[in-house]
Amino acid sequence: MSHWIDPEGEGRGLVYLDNAETTRLDPAVLDLIEEFMVDKYGVPAGEFGYGLEEEAGEAIERARETIARRINASPDEVIFTSGGTESNNIAILGAARSSYYKGKRLVTSKIEHRSILRIIDKLTTQGFEETLLDVDREGFVNPPDLKTSLGDARLVSVQHANQEIGTLQDIAAIGDIARDSGILFHCDAVQSFAKEKIDVQAMKIDLLSISSHLIHGPKGVGALYVGDGVKLEPIMEGDDRERGLRPGTPNVVGIVGFAKAVELMTNGDSARMRGLRDKLIESLLAIPDSRLNGPRGERRLCNNVNVSFRYVEGEAILMHLDLKGLVVNTGSACYSQKLEPSHVIRAIGGTLEESHSSTRFSLSKWTTKYELAYAAETVKQVVEKLRAQSPLARKVSQRR
Amino acid sequence: MTATSETLAKRFGYSEKVMDHFKNPRNIGIIEDADITSKVGSVACGDLIKLYLKFDPDKNDQIKDIKFESYGCAANIATSSMMTEMVKGKTIDEARKVTFKDISETLGGLPRIKLHCAVLSRQGLETAFLKYEAKKGRVKIDESFVNKILRGVLDPVQGVDIISAKILESAVVEGKKITFGLNAKADSELAKSLTEDIRDAFEGLDVDLDLKFKG
Repeated sequence: MSHWIDPEGEGRGLVYLDNAETTRLDPAVLDLIEEFMVDKYGVPAGEFGYGLEEEAGEAIERARETIARRINASPDEVIFTSGGTESNNIAILGAARSSYYKGKRLVTSKIEHRSILRIIDKLTTQGFEETLLDVDREGFVNPPDLKTSLGDARLVSVQHANQEIGTLQDIAAIGDIARDSGILFHCDAVQSFAKEKIDVQAMKIDLLSISSHLIHGPKGVGALYVGDGVKLEPIMEGDDRERGLRPGTPNVVGIVGFAKAVELMTNGDSARMRGLRDKLIESLLAIPDSRLNGPRGERRLCNNVNVSFRYVEGEAILMHLDLKGLVVNTGSACYSQKLEPSHVIRAIGGTLEESHSSTRFSLSKWTTKYELAYAAETVKQVVEKLRAQSPLARKVSQRR
Repeated sequence: MTATSETLAKRFGYSEKVMDHFKNPRNIGIIEDADITSKVGSVACGDLIKLYLKFDPDKNDQIKDIKFESYGCAANIATSSMMTEMVKGKTIDEARKVTFKDISETLGGLPRIKLHCAVLSRQGLETAFLKYEAKKGRVKIDESFVNKILRGVLDPVQGVDIISAKILESAVVEGKKITFGLNAKADSELAKSLTEDIRDAFEGLDVDLDLKFKG
């Protein structure tokens, strides 16, 4: 059975709260995609295109404008990619291989998405050095720390919103420091794009990775903002499409679907999710011995909730919730195929126990208060059930 | 609700039997007047069980009752539940013939990365037997005994016992005193976790533990 949710909610289908993993396609996006798959199936052919080719070319340029406007960039600064990971690779590998920049140090934070950490780790085997910035208990990088670590750096890469605990970094402060030091600033905004305000000019961002499938757009498409004057070495060879940085036949249906999904995400959606998020946090923290991971309020991503429940283990929580039609995620080692606990919870100073029970709920623009009421009640029951089986919980209740 | 998808169970490769024992664990809970208890695994690992056993001395120490508590994943709960079912009513000698593979097979198999859960539940049983025999004066608390007990104490990083993980450097028994040499920094999270787990492993035995950490 697919992870379908009834847009009307009310707990009739699965209650899907794993929207930081992927989202359901917006039906209006599907209509447009179908149009471009069935009728408008051309690909842009360069300057002498006509008919179908022209139609596709124009649609891609309109999509580019839509996305550029959303981040206050100009359209020629946006290149389309296959998603967040590819954008990260084109940006970081491209900056590392560029002969235009000299520094040998790459600076990032300990809580970045795996793709960033792995790209940078790989580059340390190719003559680069890495600096992994610590974060505080809520997941924030301390901009003054960044300043002292920059020195001979070539690039700093700090995400906008964290994928697990929703921490929204002070990107403008980081951008200021990087720009003052003349160092490239890459920001992974896959989780926050079209949900939180991003202004590449005001935030002084040189490179920005974004993706379609977390905002009800199709999977397999994303974009990279490459600021005017930023000189990347292409990591793929082919034609000159997408400024030569992403050669090959463009994913026309993905690109038009992506832009449509962006248009359909409004500030009102974010505000509504923020309100629901805070209600869910409140209900979950009413469960005894629970702890919110990440910050509160405006400094938290509008659709992210992450709570650890003491004395119980995350995989068992998820398994019980799944049986009740509730889909969430966990940082538990037992849940990962490599049996490794969440690097994010560890980096914010959480104990191993906190990482094993960290449970992430990520909302969508369609999430209803009824679904969240069902989620909160179900989680409470499951945590109580597992605590009744846990020797750790009993040890504590005896001490009380 | 229309959806009881069990999509996660399928993704993990859990059999129907595993899910049955996870959803409705047999012999869950505690025995107030247990003859012996054992605790193996670690909180840091996310994988821990506590066993409670009662024996019938008139019937060659048949396991009259056995219960368990769990802090761990679905496989941890299911393997412990199945293990208790398989050994209840058996004598210690008979129960010792049940292997972790038997537990896994009776559950219809476990995903490869969850096999260690069957190993842990079987180790919990062995630890309980060893402690019971020591309490009855049938076995001596010597270095061999101590090493067998330590098979139930895990290194949270590697998820294997502290002997295989080479964290244990030495275990010396002098009378009632057991001195452990441990390869971990004195005030580290690992040391904290080991201290708790080793004390739990020997809980109820008439011994004095001395843990010596390096650095």
